[in-house]
Amino acid sequence: MGTRGYLLGKVAQAFLTLLFVLCFNFFLFRVMPGDPAALLLRGTSAFNPENVEQVKKDLGLDKPLPQQFLTYMADTARLNFGESFFLRGKPVNEVIGDKIWPTVLLVGTSTIASIALGLLIGIWSGWRRGSALDYGSLTFTLFVYAMPEFWFGILVLMAFGGGVGPFPAIFPTGGYETPGADLTGLSHATDVLNHMVMPFFVLTVAYLGEYALIMRNSLTDVMADDFVTTARAKGVREKEVLWRHVVPNALLPTWTLTMLSLGFVFGGAITIEYVFSWPGLGWLTVQAIEAKDFALLQALFLIFSAAVIIANFIADITYMYLDPRVRAA
Amino acid sequence: MRPGTIGPTGAGPIPPVEDLEVPAERLLSPRRIVWARRKRAFQRTAKTYRKSKMGMAGLAILVFFVLVALFAPLVADEATMDPTSPATGDAYQPPSSEFWFGTDNLGRSIYAMTVHGSRISLTVGLSATLISMAIGALIGIFAGYYGGWLETGLMRLTDWFLVLPWLALAIVLASLLGRSLSIIILVIGITSWPGTARIVRAQALSVKTRPYVERARALGASNWHLITRHILPNVGPLIFANTILTVAIAILSETTLSFLGLGDPLAVSWGTMLDFAFSAGAATTGQWWWLLPPGLAIVLVVLAFTMCGFALDEILNPKLRER
Repeated sequence: MGTRGYLLGKVAQAFLTLLFVLCFNFFLFRVMPGDPAALLLRGTSAFNPENVEQVKKDLGLDKPLPQQFLTYMADTARLNFGESFFLRGKPVNEVIGDKIWPTVLLVGTSTIASIALGLLIGIWSGWRRGSALDYGSLTFTLFVYAMPEFWFGILVLMAFGGGVGPFPAIFPTGGYETPGADLTGLSHATDVLNHMVMPFFVLTVAYLGEYALIMRNSLTDVMADDFVTTARAKGVREKEVLWRHVVPNALLPTWTLTMLSLGFVFGGAITIEYVFSWPGLGWLTVQAIEAKDFALLQALFLIFSAAVIIANFIADITYMYLDPRVRAA
Repeated sequence: MRPGTIGPTGAGPIPPVEDLEVPAERLLSPRRIVWARRKRAFQRTAKTYRKSKMGMAGLAILVFFVLVALFAPLVADEATMDPTSPATGDAYQPPSSEFWFGTDNLGRSIYAMTVHGSRISLTVGLSATLISMAIGALIGIFAGYYGGWLETGLMRLTDWFLVLPWLALAIVLASLLGRSLSIIILVIGITSWPGTARIVRAQALSVKTRPYVERARALGASNWHLITRHILPNVGPLIFANTILTVAIAILSETTLSFLGLGDPLAVSWGTMLDFAFSAGAATTGQWWWLLPPGLAIVLVVLAFTMCGFALDEILNPKLRER
């Protein structure tokens, strides 16, 4: 019962949040000052009153608000986000569909790498508090935290993509694969990997310190608990105290915070993909900004939000397996 | 990143127990007593703060940048960043004795632009933080003080805003509303308050149940009186520490938005400079002098605000004090 209640509660919570985002998204583009139809046409040669009326009709903006809302919900449920403006009327969901895989590949792998590395460094520096490594990783974290990740990306791009001073230009300056090379199989995979090295490195390093710090603080808290003293008094070896008593308990709060921070990883992906011309959702976002493509922006905003909600939901579900107390309750 | 995901580390010094006794000769009026007590509390905080190396280092950097921003026209000649003026040099020049940080694609002095950019970045950071703090503190205090359905509703809203990917939201808002400094400030302000609201609510909840608040209520104090005279002064210091951390985040947000081309084209901030530089291919052509100054300025200012914020948080945050 406990497990089922917990699960149902979390499903309901995720669903409610998604509903909020949907409503928010709907009103965001309608309550804003200015007419969305006029906004769409502003700055183009087609900007005249008749066209504005026509676009209004096409977008269904002449209908009453409740009806608009129902249409919007039905369209969203069918993943129909309308047509992209700057890509000459290509359906938005097709545009986005093409770009999902590169983002998942880049953000997915670098997130896993930075969480794994970050947690290890956090465990190490929390366990040996006050050591050189601890101070080193704290300084590093503070510094990386203060650095806009795209600036770090630009510097890496300049050093190893463009080549400056003593740095060799060893990696391609951007893109997903060598254009026009028509590679297949293994050589294609190597080509993609070669293009991915720099953005992967930048994203991993940019978020590693944060995870390390969360883990370190959580570990420090747990190490002050009585059961750790008890374990030591029983004569449990230090290594076992760390890995069997301290780390599992310290992982709980870390896990939740880590999952929550995923929302900001997507933010980082926007600028990093732009810097390295990585053809994913992030770069698409920047292109949509430049072209004032609001249909595309709206859909991208929805996708980014949905990704965070799903990440949180997964965190809650996995929490259940990590923390036996939730299951027993 | 937002406040809450990254926290001060290590245990802060334990401040002395608050001295509530007031010498008899000072017993003039209740207001005087309150102010005397607050002055002492402030002095105590300042004394503890001065002992923090991190806090003092951060403060030193901040003072430097504030001075640069205040005296920008004296430090760097504005004419060297006006492309129509003869004071500008050739385009894409590396650092020289005339242009200390080199020139950009229009021959403008990068040194002058960096110096004057400090005004924009600091203004945006501070004003956006004010908005964010006002919203966060208001929601936090109302939720914590009144409780009930109001709290449930407000906190649900806060959680939802925490979940929204702030950069995507800020991008959408900024592109809908247009490119101007005040809009950037507004957008950052209304996307960065949820962390504050949560912290303030927790503190308000704990202050609300303290005996002296209950006593004041029993004496017939109104909600308004309780909030302004008892809750707010107690939550205030925490809001202040949080404010300083939020400034760092606001400056980073401004940088990111401006880099994505959403900044005010007439008010060149460090983020806008990086946008110009990157769009002009400074990275692939190795023009490090164009990329390093604005970037380093951002890192230093954000680092300074973060260090001050951590140092203050360790003194003022009751949760960290106990450790």
